[in-house]
Amino acid sequence: MSVSVGNGASPTGSGVRRLDRVVIRFAGDSGDGMQLTGDRFTSEAAAFGNDLATLPNFPAEIRAPQGTLPGVSSFQLHFADYDILTPGDRPDVLVAMNPAALKANIGDLPAGGTLIVNTDEFTKRNLTKVGYDTNPLEDESLAAYQVHQVAMATLTKGALEETGLSKKDAERAKNMFALGLLSWMYNRPTEGTERFLREKFARKPDIAEANVLAFRAGWNYGETTEAFAVTYEVSPAKLAPGTYRQITGNTALAYGIVAAGQLSELPVLLGTYPITPASDILHELAKHKNFNVLTLQAEDEIAGIGAALGASFGGALGVTSTSGPGIALKSETIGLAVMTELPLVVLDIQRGGPSTGLPTKTEQADLLQAMFGRNGEAPVPIVAPQSPADCFDAALEAARIALTYRTPVLLLSDGYIANGSEPWLIPDVDTLPDLRVSFATEPNAPDGSGEFWPYLRDPETLARPWAVPGTPGLQHRIGGLEKSDGKGGISYDPENHDRMVRLRQAKVDGISVPDLTVDDPSGAAKVLVLGWGSTFGPVGAACRRVRKNGMAIAQAHLRHLNPFPANLGEVLARYERVVVPEMNLGQLALLVRAKYLVDAISYTKVAGLPFKAEELEGVFTDIVRGVTA
Amino acid sequence: MTTIDLGLPGLGGLAGVPTSDEKQSAKDYKSDQEVRWCPGCGDYAVLAAVQGFMPQLGLRRENIVFVSGIGCSSRFPYYMNTYGMHSIHGRAPAIATGLATARPDLSVWVVTGDGDALSIGGNHLIHSLRRNVNLKILLFNNRIYGLTKGQYSPTSETGKVTKSTPMGSLDNPFNPVSLALGAEATFVARALDSDRKQLTDVLRAAAEHRGTALVEIYQNCPIFNDGAFDVLKEPGERERRLVPLRHGEPIRFGANGEYGVVRDAEGGLSVAEITEANAGSVVVHDATREDPSYAFALSRLGGQDLAHTVTGVFRSVQRPTYDDLARAQVEQAKASKRADLRSLLHGNDTWTVIG
Ligand code: SF4
Repeated sequence: MSVSVGNGASPTGSGVRRLDRVVIRFAGDSGDGMQLTGDRFTSEAAAFGNDLATLPNFPAEIRAPQGTLPGVSSFQLHFADYDILTPGDRPDVLVAMNPAALKANIGDLPAGGTLIVNTDEFTKRNLTKVGYDTNPLEDESLAAYQVHQVAMATLTKGALEETGLSKKDAERAKNMFALGLLSWMYNRPTEGTERFLREKFARKPDIAEANVLAFRAGWNYGETTEAFAVTYEVSPAKLAPGTYRQITGNTALAYGIVAAGQLSELPVLLGTYPITPASDILHELAKHKNFNVLTLQAEDEIAGIGAALGASFGGALGVTSTSGPGIALKSETIGLAVMTELPLVVLDIQRGGPSTGLPTKTEQADLLQAMFGRNGEAPVPIVAPQSPADCFDAALEAARIALTYRTPVLLLSDGYIANGSEPWLIPDVDTLPDLRVSFATEPNAPDGSGEFWPYLRDPETLARPWAVPGTPGLQHRIGGLEKSDGKGGISYDPENHDRMVRLRQAKVDGISVPDLTVDDPSGAAKVLVLGWGSTFGPVGAACRRVRKNGMAIAQAHLRHLNPFPANLGEVLARYERVVVPEMNLGQLALLVRAKYLVDAISYTKVAGLPFKAEELEGVFTDIVRGVTA
Repeated sequence: MTTIDLGLPGLGGLAGVPTSDEKQSAKDYKSDQEVRWCPGCGDYAVLAAVQGFMPQLGLRRENIVFVSGIGCSSRFPYYMNTYGMHSIHGRAPAIATGLATARPDLSVWVVTGDGDALSIGGNHLIHSLRRNVNLKILLFNNRIYGLTKGQYSPTSETGKVTKSTPMGSLDNPFNPVSLALGAEATFVARALDSDRKQLTDVLRAAAEHRGTALVEIYQNCPIFNDGAFDVLKEPGERERRLVPLRHGEPIRFGANGEYGVVRDAEGGLSVAEITEANAGSVVVHDATREDPSYAFALSRLGGQDLAHTVTGVFRSVQRPTYDDLARAQVEQAKASKRADLRSLLHGNDTWTVIG
């Protein structure tokens, strides 16, 4: 669908209140379809032209015990008429499908917030299950909120009576009832959802019809009951001109890999093993074989990266995708790629650790693993996307470095951006970078012997030639043993080893990366916030708030973690205080302290959820005040 | 789930690999690296056999790749004047799988040992056999860890006294041929380092097989496990122990063919002295049987004491290879949908903001 949205004002009828932004959280049992509900509302907001950001939050268990606190699944969506940076700290509207969802989420709803509750689930048994002694809908505990009690299951079953569907099947459509009600409240377009439901359940037309009916019933319920006095309107955002779509981080990464294959004119081979939250990259790439993409679901993490490296040796763009535990298993092969100096893109979608940790929650604690987690001196370039849509550019950048410098590259995404979504200004394909490579075709020995020296480096990039099997006269052997500089035979010579270790380091240190830019609108800031990866949104939102309060603060965000931009040291030196917020225990702070001797303030949190802008606003405000005091 | 009949023709193992009209000799396959195995190591004989038989394939040397893991035998690629990768412990089949899948024009060989293939790399080995990637795996079995100086290996006989097992090893060894057949390998063979002719025959059959070919090579390590296979080489002993397989021929052995493999009462295979009475019941070897249980039964005739050791090609059957099928899917996808990056990026739901 394509909707043209100008900047004209929308008509505002009576009973319609204009808002510039709203945060809605759908919460229910993990079997209640909350992710689907949230996704659909997101698509509606996107189609309407709002800016948006989402935060899915679900348990690691596929079906945790029904009605329990650990089984609660939620989806938060922030949409606005201006460009926003985060899915929002706290919901304005909470939709709670059962007592567990209420209990797990009510703490986040600010006083005065709107609470919509599915009363059908508030039975004695369900209440006791989550430790409510009395029914919160009947006591005073929810007095601070605008509570709407809706018997969603009953109303849905009523609406579907004619369909002949079993009560159980009918009740399952209650999430669409909720979606219909919210769509009415916020004046959302509906055709998209109806079409989506018909396509999704194309093979089960009766289920498709039931969902559409439930969706309409929810809409009509809002329209006809007097419980909801007003509806709200959030106008389209004034985003930069261009064509947009909604995209999640993992999809954007997969598209980036497809594009890298096209732009380099190389086949892509993804060797991988399923792991949360990275598996969707495999699922997505497996759909695009027409772009010369081979996807190989290997027997384990090690085989996944092994196959990718083997393909790179053969002249393909080898890619592997995983999460932290998988990186641990792949480390030895990453080291082999460092030693054999072959291009390889390693996608790490970080999750809570250590060990199995929190598979479905987000964290940034693999930075030092990416940086140092191999035996020996094994430098690996690292890039990090800052938002879901940015994953596309980050993937292209990782491929550029891997192909230009003949090195494995680690890309550090995380669960928050992998599953979160936002509008993406779709780039013009003609403006994407040229990633074509040239393979070695001729002997290169400087001594005129007519031999091929696989480790003779390009003086500019220090990259070695990429001579793929099948090239006559360039037969050579590579491997994990130390190689002699230039000639590339096995060498145990002490001086050669010292030299090769330094050459590999120099190659990575010398990778050309763009300078770091600083956002400091007033130019008067004395405090710099330095971030990386998915904290970009909350850090940026917090900086805006600090500035709104009349204080100056500068923000810089690192795309490249190894090597750092050449001007980073100079940027850090310009500010009186540098604060580094991270979802780990201070890994970037450790690196900048070590490298630049800067007394950075490390602010950390490892709760499995992204920072809240409000929380960072407080931290930054205190630091800014401390400097000016 | 729908399965797609790709209608792939029955290809040979080397189909798609460019050939050369150049006259090649063993020397052309020798690299400039000095061979550094211990004197008397069985690896020399295997290297000579491989270098000697490669010219017969008539391939372009640059389209041959040797990939190895870690261990004494894994130095092999350095000595071959082809493309090669000496990778990390146990992972060669995985690396070779990616290479062979990406490049149908290469003849890809894996060189591995009993520790590399069956201990640390066991998982990759069985999965490459299961997938039937077009790879040739040469498993040098010396029943010991050589490179790490003499610990017992997953093929060492139970009770083996080594540095790491001074009171004798406890675990039951793998029979690599049985293991490969259990994984439904499409080509499984065994040969001795010392029998150049049989080794060459088996290697050629492996090269021409499309799919994963596993060749177990009994290899003597004179330093840490000397004489492990001597009973299979000593005149007098070898005749009554070695059971050579020839496709289409009755399985007879012994100095005068006095022994043979017969079906026993339970339907399994056993070794029997052949008399006029039972001569008719000698099994005629058929390597192409679909059911792997026959080849498996052959592999079980010999125990860890090498009382009987079956050699030759146990099984050679046709099954589509993973890499052919994977590439066919790509071709099918290309034929049905143009690779239009712009339309991929746009998807179905876009909206336009006008400035
Ligand atoms: S240790 Fe044994 S296997 Fe290794 S090279 Fe020496 S003789 Fe050969």
